[in-house]
Amino acid sequence: MPDLLAFLGDPTVLIVGAGAVLLGGVAGGLGAFAVLRRQSLLGDAMAHAALPGVVVGYLVSGERSAGPILAGALVSGLAAGLAALHLSRLPRIKSDAALGVSLSLGFALGVVLLTRVQGSAGGHQAGLEAYLFGQAAATLRGDLLWLAGAVVLCTATMVVAWRPAKLTTFDREYAAASQVRVRLVDALLTGVLALTIVLGLRMVGVVLMAALVVAPAVAARQWSSSLLGMVLGGAAIGAGSALSGALISASAPGLATGPLIVVVASAVAGVALLTSRRESQRA
Amino acid sequence: MSAHAAVPALELSGVSVSYGQTHAITDVDLSIPQGTLAAIVGPNGAGKSSLMKAVLGLTSATGDVKVLGKRAAAGRHLVAYVPQRRSVDWDFPATVLDVVLMGLYRELRWWRRIGRGERDRAMQALAEVGMADLARRQITKLSGGQQQRVFLARALVQDADLYLLDEPLAGVDAPSEAALMATLRNLVASGRTVVAVHHDLSTLQAHFDWLAFIHRKVIAAGPLTECLTLENLRSTYGTQLLAVPAVWEATHA
Repeated sequence: MPDLLAFLGDPTVLIVGAGAVLLGGVAGGLGAFAVLRRQSLLGDAMAHAALPGVVVGYLVSGERSAGPILAGALVSGLAAGLAALHLSRLPRIKSDAALGVSLSLGFALGVVLLTRVQGSAGGHQAGLEAYLFGQAAATLRGDLLWLAGAVVLCTATMVVAWRPAKLTTFDREYAAASQVRVRLVDALLTGVLALTIVLGLRMVGVVLMAALVVAPAVAARQWSSSLLGMVLGGAAIGAGSALSGALISASAPGLATGPLIVVVASAVAGVALLTSRRESQRA
Repeated sequence: MSAHAAVPALELSGVSVSYGQTHAITDVDLSIPQGTLAAIVGPNGAGKSSLMKAVLGLTSATGDVKVLGKRAAAGRHLVAYVPQRRSVDWDFPATVLDVVLMGLYRELRWWRRIGRGERDRAMQALAEVGMADLARRQITKLSGGQQQRVFLARALVQDADLYLLDEPLAGVDAPSEAALMATLRNLVASGRTVVAVHHDLSTLQAHFDWLAFIHRKVIAAGPLTECLTLENLRSTYGTQLLAVPAVWEATHA
């Protein structure tokens, strides 16, 4: 027991834990919308395509500071997401193909840039490979502020745009006929999702970040009977999964954080699916 | 007829909708009087849905649309829309009452909470379609006919002047069809206008009093008693519908 108390009293562990709760909470909450809007793959595309932005951000700033790297990741992730959305509106391209291409192309560019940087002098010290699978121990006090800011921004957005977001998610045509600006709602939800994904890259990594968005929401859907319940449930499950994954990883050096978090979240989703008595009736 | 009633509920002049090279409807002129229960009829791909989307501003269209004499945007708050029930995924976490309340979102600012008054209105609309006892049910557990009645209730709470319905009776069980039509007749009796895209020719005469035959343009439009002729059916459906004579005999027996 004293070991455990000492471990939990460690400031690094506290920062990691707080960061995980904030990130998992906001990702799981927004995940409800991503899942119901069938945009899980969009989140995955944005996460993978953020990698070139991470490397370019590092090259521009010349150091591992959060600001330029986050900005770079947000720009390239959003660019890929919007490109995929635009491509899928074209009549001759199916949306899964558009997303698949954006995802792979973005990730390929990122890996090319990453290997180039790591091959250069001093590049291997940049620690950029942590962005692939995530590294909770690398969470800094400054990251917490970014995460807290994102939580406030996402919550405020959802409070103000709750009804348009709900209506657009359930019935797009009726929303548009009711004078809801559907494209604006799409852009808003895509924007906050992209921001969340980018902020999670350091802890969970580009490869698995989308799972932290999707898995808690899938779990919450099995137990919830309202959209609000699904959003809050997803947030709670996301926060819990991220916290447990990050703490396990921080206590046992060498274990990548992202995979641990995703394994926990997916296990919860699996239990939810198995225990759900909800019968889904499809017309 | 009073001067007020002389203003058409819906008036389209020279309305065209195209998707790329495909012309869905071309140069449609149509004037539907107030207080009618009107059906828009035509074969698959005739542009019935496009016409409806043009009225609702859901697709870019050329030409002029007026609702009760008011142009597009100004007239749109007078319109309530009932989409095809198959256009949404019913596997969504919401109760029947939640969906009906969506009809009131347009009039609620974001900081206004949904209160007793809104719930009462939604319950009243549900009672009108005979679904009050299912208000708390999850929408994943509804039958097709119940889904359609929920959609109609959502439109009813908007208290609109013109109701636009896209195939409201498609795949709906007999009790639901009766409940839906009774509700629509009540609307018309209270001075509203109902316009429905409809595909079942055998029920035209039983359900509607006004008709517009559409096949990329208006073939014929007017009161059902004048408009439902074998000639109009033939020129709308051409060779597409071998059953036309059978329908004709069934409705004119």
